[in-house]
Amino acid sequence: MASMLWVNLDLHPEEDAVACIDSSMENLDNRKEVVLLACGSFNPITIMHLRLFELAKDYMNETGQYNVIKGIISPVGDAYKKKGLISAQHRIKMAELATQSSKWLEVDTWESCSKDWLETAKVLSYHQQRLEAENFNNSIVSPPSPILPGGKRKRIDDIDAGEPKPSAPQKKGPPELKLLCGADFLESFAVPNLWKPEDIATIVAKYGLVCITRSGNNTKKFIYESDVLWKHRSNIHLVNEWITNDVSSTKIRRALRRGQSIRYLVPEAVQQYIEKYNLYSTESEDNNAGCILAPFLKNK
Amino acid sequence: MYQVIEGIISPVNDNYGKKELAAAKHRVAMVRLALQTSSWIRVDQWESEQKEWIETVKVLRHHYSELLRKEATNSNAGSEIPTEDIATPAYTAAPELKLLCGADILKTFQTPNLWKDEHIQEIVEKFGLVCVSRAGHDFQQYISESAILTHYQHNIHLVKNVVQSDLSATYVRQALYQGQSVKYLIPDSVISYIKDHDLYREERK
Repeated sequence: MASMLWVNLDLHPEEDAVACIDSSMENLDNRKEVVLLACGSFNPITIMHLRLFELAKDYMNETGQYNVIKGIISPVGDAYKKKGLISAQHRIKMAELATQSSKWLEVDTWESCSKDWLETAKVLSYHQQRLEAENFNNSIVSPPSPILPGGKRKRIDDIDAGEPKPSAPQKKGPPELKLLCGADFLESFAVPNLWKPEDIATIVAKYGLVCITRSGNNTKKFIYESDVLWKHRSNIHLVNEWITNDVSSTKIRRALRRGQSIRYLVPEAVQQYIEKYNLYSTESEDNNAGCILAPFLKNK
Repeated sequence: MYQVIEGIISPVNDNYGKKELAAAKHRVAMVRLALQTSSWIRVDQWESEQKEWIETVKVLRHHYSELLRKEATNSNAGSEIPTEDIATPAYTAAPELKLLCGADILKTFQTPNLWKDEHIQEIVEKFGLVCVSRAGHDFQQYISESAILTHYQHNIHLVKNVVQSDLSATYVRQALYQGQSVKYLIPDSVISYIKDHDLYREERK
């Protein structure tokens, strides 16, 4: 009987009615702008990480309600003390190489520059403040203009009495910042002492998640079984990844230790960088061996 | 025991008649773009340039005779081979030519009338298979289900993929038809080519 429930467990019925809206249409301006933030080790960054962004952007844009304008990759700092983690300097450089051909993805080093490990909620808060500051600066700087969205000047005889006069551009709020992640990240909320309950609440209530999952039903079940996630389920967007594309950083590091090719699993420039600096060996995999992961230390 | 010296990608002839097949000249061009940075894999147009579709075994025979021809040319030219290298496999004979495929191809050997039995035999006996694992396919089972494959299993090399991936051209085409991103699934140069030549825009029935 329980299994019948999942079929009807529709978190976002309005999003499933996909309006085939071409994103070049003018109503782009009516959509909520979204910035996606992905936190993680990126040890190393792989095509899977990059695919998460592409899948999330397509999904959110296709609902007709959102316009994803930026993606931010924020590699974790060395103080995270995860086993096998190599220096942030290299991980950042690889992420930059991986995104150099992208028009909308960027790498941010604020989190990794911190001497101490920072909770995800703090990283979200920092980026939220930055977006608000940018938005504030933009609204001061841009002058009123008769040019409408789409760049066309309106003809005098087109202006009806009842239509609003094209004057100052509409004052837009800052974009919505959402955390992009995979299903395993979401399910890590259940790991004891890994997350502060108040942080989980902040992340789903104040920001929102875009979660790429291969087994939508299992993820929905996980959300259903958590009071805080269920309460804010409208702020959790599940994106189905139909094909298996299991390119995890762990598998990449293992392949490298065994002298196996990782070509086409990471961007070309990343593969060359790894080869040039001989990153990832048996030795590097032993980094932080015996250390306690920073969040466990902090949440003791 | 083996040293792989070359990889050849041979796009199928247009007359194969597979659904959604873009023109051979495009498929060859896209493979060429994808291989620009590879030092050892190349695209070969011979199969796609033939007047009709030809069986896989004939493509193997063609490439093998090409390899023999090159080998003969090299030894006639009297190339200098360092004495210590003469005994190594690379120099003792013409290279072996093996068919590289996914585990799903092994399964297609069972499809009635798709392959001629004598061709399957020639492929596994004279050439050999290098077969890469694919999610949802059990190649041990496919081998045990076929008498020919079982008999020549010493000539069938099963390769476990580093990652499990369902990624297929079918999936990529589907994403393209739906206007979705295929970035990082195929090389940027191929994405640009597809866009410039308006390929894979509508689902052709």
